[in-house]
Amino acid sequence: MRLVFHIWRQATASAPGKMVRYESANMNPDMSMLEALDVLNEELITQGTEPVVFEHDCREGICGSCGFMINGIAHGPLARTTVCQLTLRHFKDGEELYLEPWRASAFPVLKDLMVDRASFDRIIAAGGYCSVPAGSPQDANALLIPKPEADRAMDAAACIGCGACVAACPNASASLFTGAKITHLGLMPQGQPEREIRALRMVRQMNGEGFGHCGNIGECEAVCPKGISIEVIARMNRDFAGASITERPKSGAAEDGA
Amino acid sequence: MKLDSKIPGGPIETAWDRTRFENKLVNPANKRKYEVIVVGSGLAGGSAAATLGELGYNVKCFCFQDSPRRAHSIAAQGGINAAKNYQNDGDSIYRLFYDTVKGGDFRAREYNVYRLAQNSVNIIDQAVAQGVPFAREYGGTLANRSFGGAQVSRTFYARGQTGQQLLLGAYQALERQIDAGRVKMFPRTEMLDLIVIDGKARGIVTRNMVTGAIETHIADAVILGTGGYGNVYYLSTNAKGSNCTAIWRAYKRGAAFGNPCFTQIHPTCIPVSGDYQSKLTLMSESLRNDGRIWVPLKKGDKRSPEQIPENERDYYLERRYPSFGNLVPRDVASRNAKAVCDEGRGVGETALGVYLDFGAAISRLGEDKIRERYGNLFEMYERITDENPYKVPMRIYPAIHYTMGGLWVDYNLQSTIPGLFVIGEANFSDHGANRLGASALMQGLSDGYFIIPYTLGNYLASAKIDKVSDSAPEVQAARAGIQDRTKQLLGINGKRTVDSFHRELGKIMWDECGMARTAPGLEKAISRIQSLRQEFWKDVKVLGKNEEINQSLEKAGRVADFFELGELMCRDALTRNESCGGHFREESQTPDGEAMRDDANFSHASAWEYKGDNQTPELHKEPLEFHYVHPSQRSYK
Repeated sequence: MRLVFHIWRQATASAPGKMVRYESANMNPDMSMLEALDVLNEELITQGTEPVVFEHDCREGICGSCGFMINGIAHGPLARTTVCQLTLRHFKDGEELYLEPWRASAFPVLKDLMVDRASFDRIIAAGGYCSVPAGSPQDANALLIPKPEADRAMDAAACIGCGACVAACPNASASLFTGAKITHLGLMPQGQPEREIRALRMVRQMNGEGFGHCGNIGECEAVCPKGISIEVIARMNRDFAGASITERPKSGAAEDGA
Repeated sequence: MKLDSKIPGGPIETAWDRTRFENKLVNPANKRKYEVIVVGSGLAGGSAAATLGELGYNVKCFCFQDSPRRAHSIAAQGGINAAKNYQNDGDSIYRLFYDTVKGGDFRAREYNVYRLAQNSVNIIDQAVAQGVPFAREYGGTLANRSFGGAQVSRTFYARGQTGQQLLLGAYQALERQIDAGRVKMFPRTEMLDLIVIDGKARGIVTRNMVTGAIETHIADAVILGTGGYGNVYYLSTNAKGSNCTAIWRAYKRGAAFGNPCFTQIHPTCIPVSGDYQSKLTLMSESLRNDGRIWVPLKKGDKRSPEQIPENERDYYLERRYPSFGNLVPRDVASRNAKAVCDEGRGVGETALGVYLDFGAAISRLGEDKIRERYGNLFEMYERITDENPYKVPMRIYPAIHYTMGGLWVDYNLQSTIPGLFVIGEANFSDHGANRLGASALMQGLSDGYFIIPYTLGNYLASAKIDKVSDSAPEVQAARAGIQDRTKQLLGINGKRTVDSFHRELGKIMWDECGMARTAPGLEKAISRIQSLRQEFWKDVKVLGKNEEINQSLEKAGRVADFFELGELMCRDALTRNESCGGHFREESQTPDGEAMRDDANFSHASAWEYKGDNQTPELHKEPLEFHYVHPSQRSYK
């Protein structure tokens, strides 16, 4: 199988980048997209060209490391699939593929297809947790959680933090990511004590990182490899609005919603 | 080198309580005076860093990924064991302890394993309090499922993503400490050497993977939670970045390496499909709860599975092991799959595969129930193979999954270098020669949340730790050594890529030090690895420079270490002339082909001491004593 790649090459965060054309005839329909890049890179190294840098680790769709745009779609054409599990059988022999990094000012490009997503960690650090130090909490079964609630919490908790939602959004909003964590914890009794402060702090952090606002377009849900629903954004907005109303402002400064 | 396991002795039920009471404590006001380095941010490293931060220590945590949430613990699927006995089916701490010692084929320390079983119940409480969304019953209680090697239902799970949810729990706790300023996180930073001063671990040398800067970090203690080394085989279920470099460099600085040849081969992975294959994908062992494993009775039967009638199928696990059936431990299931494929009864194009069939379960429970239990795994299988497992049986084959070996540690999880602690898969404790399913998550979190916070405090309170400056000669020498090594790798400019060497090493390891091992094969492997390693240092091609993101350079450093570790694994496998757990020496088997232990000669943990490059390492033995679970031939019949 033969494929033509047009790949974004950018040496450093500050260097200008450009699309470069490569071609390989050593492709196989059973390969994953990342294995295709492995094969291409082996060919490039042998020719003395520096290989294409891309982020990856588990290669089974759960670590959230990998991801780039393929022909303008985050993680490529197959729904609910990360690029590490996207096989070439979904492409035609001789097809031209355009690979670009996530584009968002809160995700600066580090090199080629690799971006810096540390802003996601800072959003979690702002409140995406229950404050329970390791020690001796009550027996796990002392807390009964109805199965439907637990299942919905799990649906939201399945987020892998890959950033496709941001890349797909015309506003580069991180609302799906932030809403998923707020929803996961907000649906469980353990998450109630900090529910308001969590929404306030996480949303403010998200806005401060330079992510855009949600415009209810739904591109994020369409590309999410874990199928997380934009319902989580509604929950985030509700928690944020509710918390904003009851908050005792320190400085009186008004706060933007998401 | 003298091994002192520091096993407390006395009644096993109270041993850990007594140890905790006898441990010295660090006064809360003094904790902030100590600097602690944690390398790795998975279940072990992440939970340790968070917990030590909560206690008030100054923690620096390092990971090579872009975020601590990416650590490979995230990929664990099936579940986590705990002796909660919520199902009232006869479970207890003692039974989990018993199952784990037996499952490990009597090559683990009883006292460590008992403590692990005790801690298991606290882990579930802790995780639930953090908001981990475990599966629940309609009444709101936690759900359980059964797993290989056990006859009780004690495994807690969050769909097929238990590792992800537990790791995110630890990661969130860690981020809370980062936000509070108690932990300073260094992502995209790789540990390349350990700094040892006056015989104590005092810091690490790292490379910033974005700028290439080689930096040193000084501390009062160093904790390694850097995972396993299954990628020495090139193809494994490990993440591509998983590597042995941190523990290997610590080994070369004087930490003994325990049982390096004890590797686990997981029976249920998607078979290899071509030479380009970069990793193997695991299908959770929990599938064996409802799937039935079979191959055709006839050799070379090329019919598609639905055309093979029931009476021409061989459900070989159910036939050979009627009491455990498809739920035999991983090593037994893997060896049997290899055996039927060696007989020529394997399925699929390569004939290296067996069927895992859900037909019976679907007709019994309905497709919806199966989807609820395993939906995400079935989807993953279909994405990779283009076959629908609701209609066609899955094809599976064993693959390297976990390494029970690792740095030797005492009961306090301290290595043979004072001040160097090793936790999680990176150490050798608890699982003996074979790990039971759903026990890795348990061990990582037990070490990180509930053991290291106590034993580290005891070390800091009792050791005399002098001030060390960054200009100390040992620090400078370690930094210079890494700079030289990096220059050397970049300067070879040969013809072969790093991956081509790694693949070749992996093939040698899989053929000779994989599911079945022989003395002549291992001897051949050692000499082939040595010559391949020489070729690597003459002919590897690493483009680019140090002062940039350079993934080939990162890989080259790791593969260089894999060569040395691979040789040690073969040496260990050669010395251990018995079969136990995942280590199967063809010379040592029962007449019906089961692994045969040799307790008279091998009831010990092997601990290897580094003696210099191109020198044979020295083998030390820690005898294992069994006062509670008496060694017997494991039988799952």
